[in-house]
Amino acid sequence: MTGPIANAALPVDDEVLASLSPPYEPSPEDRREAAQVAQFINIGERTNVTGSAAFKKLILNGDYAAAVEVARSQVENGAQIIDVNMDEGLLDSEFAMVTFLKLIAAEPDIARVPVMVDSSKWTVIEAGLKCIAGKGIVNSISLKEGEGPFLEHARKVMRYGAAAVVMAFDEKGQADTAQRKVEICERAYRLLVGIGFEPADIIFDPNIFAVATGIEEHNNYGNDFIAATAEIRRRCPHAHISGGVSNLSFSFRGNEPVRRAMHSVFLLHAIRAGMDMGIVNAGQLDVYDAIPEELREACEDVVLNRRDDSTDRLLAIADKYKGDGKVAEKATDEWRLLPVAKRLEHALVKGLDAFVVEDTEEARLLAFNSGGRPIDVIEGPLMDGMNVVGDLFGSGKMFLPQVVKSARVMKKAVAHLLPYIEAEKLAGPEGASSSKGKIVMATVKGDVHDIGKNIVGVVLQCNNFEVIDLGVMVPFQTILQAANDEGADMIGLSGLITPSLDEMVTVAAEMQRAGMTMPLLIGGATTSRVHTALRIAPAYKGPVIHVLDASRAVGVAGTMVSDTLKDELVTATAREYEDIRVKRAAGGQSALVTIDAARANGYRPDFATRPPVRPAWTGVRTVDDVTIEELIPYIDWTPFFQAWELAGNFPAILTDDVVGASATALYDDAQAMLAQIVGEAWLRPRGVVAIWPARRDGDDVVVFEGDNRAEELGRFPFLRQQIAKREGRPNSCLADFVSPDGDWLGGFAVTVGEGIDTHSARFKAAHDDYQDILLKALADRLAEAFAERLHERVRREFWAYETGPQQSNEDLIKEKYSGIRPAPGYPACPEHSLKRTLFELMATTERTGITLTDSFAMLPTAAVSGFYFAHPEASYFGVARIGKDQLGDYAERRGIDLDTAERWLRPNLD
Amino acid sequence: MTIAERLRAEAAKRILVKDGPYGTAIQALGLTEADYKGELALPMDQKGNNDMLNLTRPDDIAGVCNAYIGAGADVLATNTFNANRISQADYGAEHLVGDINRAAAGIIRRCADAATAADGRPRFVAGALGPTNKTLSLSPRVSDPGFREVDFDGVKAVYREQIDALVEGGVDIILIETVFDTLNAKAAAFAAAEAAEALGRELPVMLSMTLTDLSGRNLSGQTVEAFWHSIRHVKPLTVGLNCSFGATELRPHVVALAKVADTLIQVYPNAGLPNDLGEYDEEPATTGGLVGDWAATGLVNIVGGCCGTTPAHIAAMAREVAKYPPRQVPGAYPALRLSGLEAFSFAA
Repeated sequence: MTGPIANAALPVDDEVLASLSPPYEPSPEDRREAAQVAQFINIGERTNVTGSAAFKKLILNGDYAAAVEVARSQVENGAQIIDVNMDEGLLDSEFAMVTFLKLIAAEPDIARVPVMVDSSKWTVIEAGLKCIAGKGIVNSISLKEGEGPFLEHARKVMRYGAAAVVMAFDEKGQADTAQRKVEICERAYRLLVGIGFEPADIIFDPNIFAVATGIEEHNNYGNDFIAATAEIRRRCPHAHISGGVSNLSFSFRGNEPVRRAMHSVFLLHAIRAGMDMGIVNAGQLDVYDAIPEELREACEDVVLNRRDDSTDRLLAIADKYKGDGKVAEKATDEWRLLPVAKRLEHALVKGLDAFVVEDTEEARLLAFNSGGRPIDVIEGPLMDGMNVVGDLFGSGKMFLPQVVKSARVMKKAVAHLLPYIEAEKLAGPEGASSSKGKIVMATVKGDVHDIGKNIVGVVLQCNNFEVIDLGVMVPFQTILQAANDEGADMIGLSGLITPSLDEMVTVAAEMQRAGMTMPLLIGGATTSRVHTALRIAPAYKGPVIHVLDASRAVGVAGTMVSDTLKDELVTATAREYEDIRVKRAAGGQSALVTIDAARANGYRPDFATRPPVRPAWTGVRTVDDVTIEELIPYIDWTPFFQAWELAGNFPAILTDDVVGASATALYDDAQAMLAQIVGEAWLRPRGVVAIWPARRDGDDVVVFEGDNRAEELGRFPFLRQQIAKREGRPNSCLADFVSPDGDWLGGFAVTVGEGIDTHSARFKAAHDDYQDILLKALADRLAEAFAERLHERVRREFWAYETGPQQSNEDLIKEKYSGIRPAPGYPACPEHSLKRTLFELMATTERTGITLTDSFAMLPTAAVSGFYFAHPEASYFGVARIGKDQLGDYAERRGIDLDTAERWLRPNLD
Repeated sequence: MTIAERLRAEAAKRILVKDGPYGTAIQALGLTEADYKGELALPMDQKGNNDMLNLTRPDDIAGVCNAYIGAGADVLATNTFNANRISQADYGAEHLVGDINRAAAGIIRRCADAATAADGRPRFVAGALGPTNKTLSLSPRVSDPGFREVDFDGVKAVYREQIDALVEGGVDIILIETVFDTLNAKAAAFAAAEAAEALGRELPVMLSMTLTDLSGRNLSGQTVEAFWHSIRHVKPLTVGLNCSFGATELRPHVVALAKVADTLIQVYPNAGLPNDLGEYDEEPATTGGLVGDWAATGLVNIVGGCCGTTPAHIAAMAREVAKYPPRQVPGAYPALRLSGLEAFSFAA
């Protein structure tokens, strides 16, 4: 390592530079690494005495304990790097820097993130570098005093092991024009690379200066930075661009809304040009699209220097937007001046919870002083606000994520009022419920999925229904009893897995037995109008209605408690369901062939030219070396939006005319939570994978201990399509894809759910359904991503039948690979109980912590399990309806009685 | 070829074998205070000061080294884990630091050269630097978290003294091992870089972290990935893990490191976890099998032993890893790699 350091630096010529940045063709692995890191690193400056007056005061008073807490809250709020600056004339900066860094080193919550050692004095920087165990960033070095000191500092930075911010500053001064910025940065880059400095460790700060100062030469500063950024990125491969954004709006000091708008507009363009780091306080930013158009236009004119009079025009309107500054929610903070009822409405509609408790309290006092009661606040302003939300949602002007945020505000308000309401109840007998109606909701026994149920519950609560949520895995006795005890107006059942359909029939039948008459609402991913009509409705004489999604739930529930509308809907639905039953009975379904005929028409892969590939490895192994970060690029986002009832494909959905804004806001929240999930290790991925020697035996696949296929480990009976097919179309069965002459079968189970309960409970306790649902929806996606990733490893590493370049994540999500991973309970093998066999063979519970419920649902819910079939002709299909002959045959093969088989396979039976 | 190039060339051909511990071997010799002190006039008891044996019992140390050579070791470390001014102060022997290190390096150098002369196989002498018993990142006073017993420049100077003596005695490589505080290791690496600069030639460095709990962090709290980011600037010849636990418990962390480190991986685990009596009783075949399993999955380039392992363990490992090709060193995507206690990557 002496060589390059001892030698004097020589400017690097273009050839050397080109060799440093070869036309690097990133592998998918690289792209994954690139994709998993943030697009923009925001560096907070709350532990910077030049950026935070509060922090400066603490340090000047020697209150380091409180100063450490500032750092902690900054990290807790998502700072990825903390900037520490002690440049203050009244301070011994070196001492303050060292003291503070040593103190935060003792705090694991803080020390987990890298430190930016920030000072204009090299001695302070060097003292700081001697205190950090990690790899931090020096802020900054420059050519201000010439190449000698610049390179001396750079060599020290390398030896201490840090990255560096390099200011666009040379012997002549700070660069202001784009040309000067580019020249200086490129010169610095070549010098640094010449002494062996890692290009990716260079972060240029090409100086953000104030615009709209009234001095004409300053007008182009925004443009200069943006143009220089693009050019520096082009000329200096792998280097980063950073800047202190607040300088830009310096001339609008005191007008925070205008400053925030300027910052947002500037960042949008600078980031597009390649700026990827910056010192920006989150509170100093607005959502670009949320900036009033007039202001946005004016800011854009100023930042991009689009017209000669842009400064005057911004000044002319600036006062209109002037508020009291500081907090982000106060962007359009005129609403804070409205009467309290309107403020509550605004907070509910916008989903802002910052002031809800104080506003609720104000409304309560107002009610109290005029002889009213706490409940009046709920029935008055809060319900009025929620009605607005309900109307907007009903008319498609608000979307589910926003509604759930509104519900969070509502819950916080109600939580504040509840003690007063309780106290009043104690004082007097009165306290009649004023809700529209009461609904008991539950995910049925054996099932653990509750995202959809929670969403419906929240939406109903927003619409003034009282929701008694019994949670998941609720046996019918509990549901019936709660409905009776609470005097419920209706029951809502939810379930995701197919056995839940059967359990719903049981609940309906038990309601009938108990002589109940209240409406029964059915919802959940696997439920359908047809199943409800054919199976559930006949079991219960009261009204049974299938509710397609959360947005319909309010309408249906509202109708059910309406004296005038209820009968009409009940009658109409009953008639509709009867029609379905009649059509079915009349044989409106496609014909079935016998199982023997179906087998004769099975799929026959070409094993002769494409024989089974011997796996590189067989056996069972625990997969515990996967990180959440590694899974993020594998996420298929489209179903995530579906879970929130936002229709459209990702990423087009983000710019969709109708739901785009809502989808983007949700996506941003999801990204922020993912960063926390990763940064704070909320979830732990655990999995197991197996590959066994196997052989097809009829419609079973038998797996064996050894390669000689003598000792049978287990047997997976699969189901075959029995619907009559057109000429040339096979009646497929998964077993078809396995050779009877010796082949292999894979199995897997993965979860990311370990750890989720603590956070879920925390959100619940804070009345924050939004975050709770968001977390669960993300965990589900991560589990799927894990399954995708593991399948890739199986194809490339364990079974290793796939070679050649790795596929892009888009292609992975589109399943453009060879081989399939069908899961028990899904169309190709609809029988859930196979999970138990699969779990036992892989010792899944011991290895991953995943357990199965009585109905074979996996716990934690963020889990996926299934089989691997490797044959290139293997493809997904749906078994669909099967005949009695196959049912009997299957019961025998599975070793269960006919009743059990019927129960398990009911969704596939006539 | 430079030393680093020679070692890389050998490591490209096969998985290399590092020796085992001196502590375990010396314990087995059952030496007395008189053996430890020898002819030296020292005011304090020396029993337990294993580094002193380089001066007082050089033949015993050479015997241990030769036993490891016989077991198939290619990388031979010096018996100098505590041969630094901070640790020797506990024995009142600070003034002997230079002598101990020169002697230690000389013993191993001679053994290695003799063996290479006999069989033509290249061997590498690594001067071992322990972590000292003082830490730069942690305060020993619970009530005063900002306090430190030592500072960066002080620790750097302590290491520099040891490195200079080891180089004088003839080592090829500096091995910074059992890193429980990354900042101490950074000071050691800094000292090695300055020593190299003074010598006017390359002085390759090996870095080996030790974990203090099963979640995979060292005493100062870093994960293995964060450790790698923290010391990658040293461009170490090898990075790896030693001591900590047995091969079973170490495995997930070796996997994590092997995935990110674009340099050779060297790992030397203990002989399992200590039993109730604090003794290591894992059989050589067991350790060998576990280490062989790492090799089978392409995780390692150099393996060896730490606490509780013996020449028999090293021989078992050598037999097992000979069956497999070495780990392929992966490339590194250009990215800003930072770390606190955790790693952080940002590609431009």
